[in-house]
Amino acid sequence: MTGSSSAPRVVLVDDHGLFRSGVRAELGRHVEVIGEAEDVGPAIDIIGRLLPDVVLLDVHLPGGGGQAVIAAVKQEHPQVRFLALSASDAPEDVIAVIRAGARGYVTKTISTEDLADAIRRVADGDAVFSHRLAGFVLDAFAAAPSPADVKPSFDPELDQLTSREREVLRLIAQGYTYKEIARELYISVKTVETHVSSVLRKLQLSSRHQLTRWAAERRLT
Amino acid sequence: MRHRGDGQPLRRDPQDRLLGGVAAGIAAWRGFSPTSVRIVLTVIALFTGGWAIPLYCAAWLLIPARDAETSIGARARHDSAGITLAVGLGSLLCVILLLAGVLNNNVVATYGWPQVVSLLCLTLIWRNAPDSEQEAIRHLVEPLESLSTGGGQTRRLSVIRLVVAALLLAGGLGWLVESHERLSYLAAPLGGVVLVAGGLVLLLGPWWLRIARDLMVERQARARAEERADMAASLHDSVLQTLALIQRRADDPQQVVQLARAQERDLRSWLFEGRAPGEFDATSFGDGIRQIQRDVEARHGIPVEVVTVGDCPLDDDIGALLAAAREATVNAAKWSGASVISLYAEVEPDTVEVAVRDRGKGFDPAAVPGDRKGLAESIHRRMSRHGGSATVNSAPGEGTKVTLRLPRTDASAPGSADGTGEVQGKGRRR
Repeated sequence: MTGSSSAPRVVLVDDHGLFRSGVRAELGRHVEVIGEAEDVGPAIDIIGRLLPDVVLLDVHLPGGGGQAVIAAVKQEHPQVRFLALSASDAPEDVIAVIRAGARGYVTKTISTEDLADAIRRVADGDAVFSHRLAGFVLDAFAAAPSPADVKPSFDPELDQLTSREREVLRLIAQGYTYKEIARELYISVKTVETHVSSVLRKLQLSSRHQLTRWAAERRLT
Repeated sequence: MRHRGDGQPLRRDPQDRLLGGVAAGIAAWRGFSPTSVRIVLTVIALFTGGWAIPLYCAAWLLIPARDAETSIGARARHDSAGITLAVGLGSLLCVILLLAGVLNNNVVATYGWPQVVSLLCLTLIWRNAPDSEQEAIRHLVEPLESLSTGGGQTRRLSVIRLVVAALLLAGGLGWLVESHERLSYLAAPLGGVVLVAGGLVLLLGPWWLRIARDLMVERQARARAEERADMAASLHDSVLQTLALIQRRADDPQQVVQLARAQERDLRSWLFEGRAPGEFDATSFGDGIRQIQRDVEARHGIPVEVVTVGDCPLDDDIGALLAAAREATVNAAKWSGASVISLYAEVEPDTVEVAVRDRGKGFDPAAVPGDRKGLAESIHRRMSRHGGSATVNSAPGEGTKVTLRLPRTDASAPGSADGTGEVQGKGRRR
């Protein structure tokens, strides 16, 4: 895959022109912004042509929302990675784009350095959780799944977080960086990344009632 | 001779206790296993007609705990109210045993008399044990208490209580009548007993009443002291905080007026409407957390990033937790110099946890002077008064993290939206 040696190539998809130019100006030093789009159709088109490492994707887009872009691109170009970006923070929005296949989610209030860092992480194949998202995930996975909650054929491991994963999420929710988490829990940063990636996988594949409900509300199952 | 254990003098071991830690203490002293000592004690108790129990209680009273300097008995010597209470209770038990003895109930009499000593010892222990042991005693007594006081008991429990009481009464009467085949035989000793009992009640009754009244007065005094402490904490959180804020914003008259007005409103509603300053008009714990966020952001102009996991209804304890969380957040806003404060709250089936964290300048918790009221009174003591705990992790230059933890009393209430219990481990490393 595309390594982290060179600056990641990024496409910006957001319907606010002001926001796009702002991000482009701020991120210029850290990443290579190769294209922009403000709508679902043009976005699918430009991503297919440019094949960026990372697509910075607004959750709320006219004409289907961010997950429509992901769904369309994923089929032909599974190597393109998506980092969702939103001002809303509403759990159902966030969960829907994550389940569609985004590798991470950050809020628009994020600092430039943190955003650049998040893009690099996603380009390297890791997952990125904002502190809010970590809170949602803890909430959604808090209760033990009841048998009625889970389709019988499903892998039950996907419906539960390990206690280590919960610890990592708790610290992310408290605003810890990966490095701080690694120090706090006496593990390596790589291990923290592994835990977060595994949580992401569960988030995308779990059949837990709450997750499927959120996804279904956004017509996405 | 067997090997001599740890060579220390005989001490009770409150760490490894079932009751007073006497057996564990003897075991450590002589190098036996605590379990075998406990079995031997139980066997002795069965064969000595109940005398082992007062002996055990006396040992509990007279042998110091491992890390304590004096025994509970030595402290009890100065507790004249406790001694009076113990003697009063003892005399009451004596009267009851006298009645039982006259009624020819030998079993009660032989097993009962030694327990006068147990009762004396236990009363003194109960009143004079250090806080850590009190906690353990309360744990043992709690189930009994909830049965007798009816505090929050269910219908089923009270039905069970009534049935058991009725069975005991009926059984006791039946036994009495049967062992004195004819009631007329019972009448003669009973008459004497009633006279004796009446005499004793006349003699000792006023004294018993006085003891009960003294106990009540003492209890009220304790409640008043606690109320005072709560009030001091409230005043600190509101008035003192605002005054400090006004001093720091002295160059901005408009801000000062605004602060003063808000404080005046708070104080008025406390004094005249009975709503404590900083009391939460929120409907749930999560709501209260967001209220803290709004207040601190408005007053101190520092963003507070809030993440809540799960939610639960407000009660007194949760209210205290919120007040402590607010104080920790305000402290972070005032002193840390950080640009953002993280406020994390999680409701689990058996605990509620709040973590307030900043990346500011931090401090040395050991070097905080005792009169810095915020940390000591508003956070630590407030949490422990409500059965919770507070930990402060900080070092100069490393930011501060205050973790507040409160055990939940109604563990049945749902901690999250789908309301089922949780299986994940909670062994969280700090």
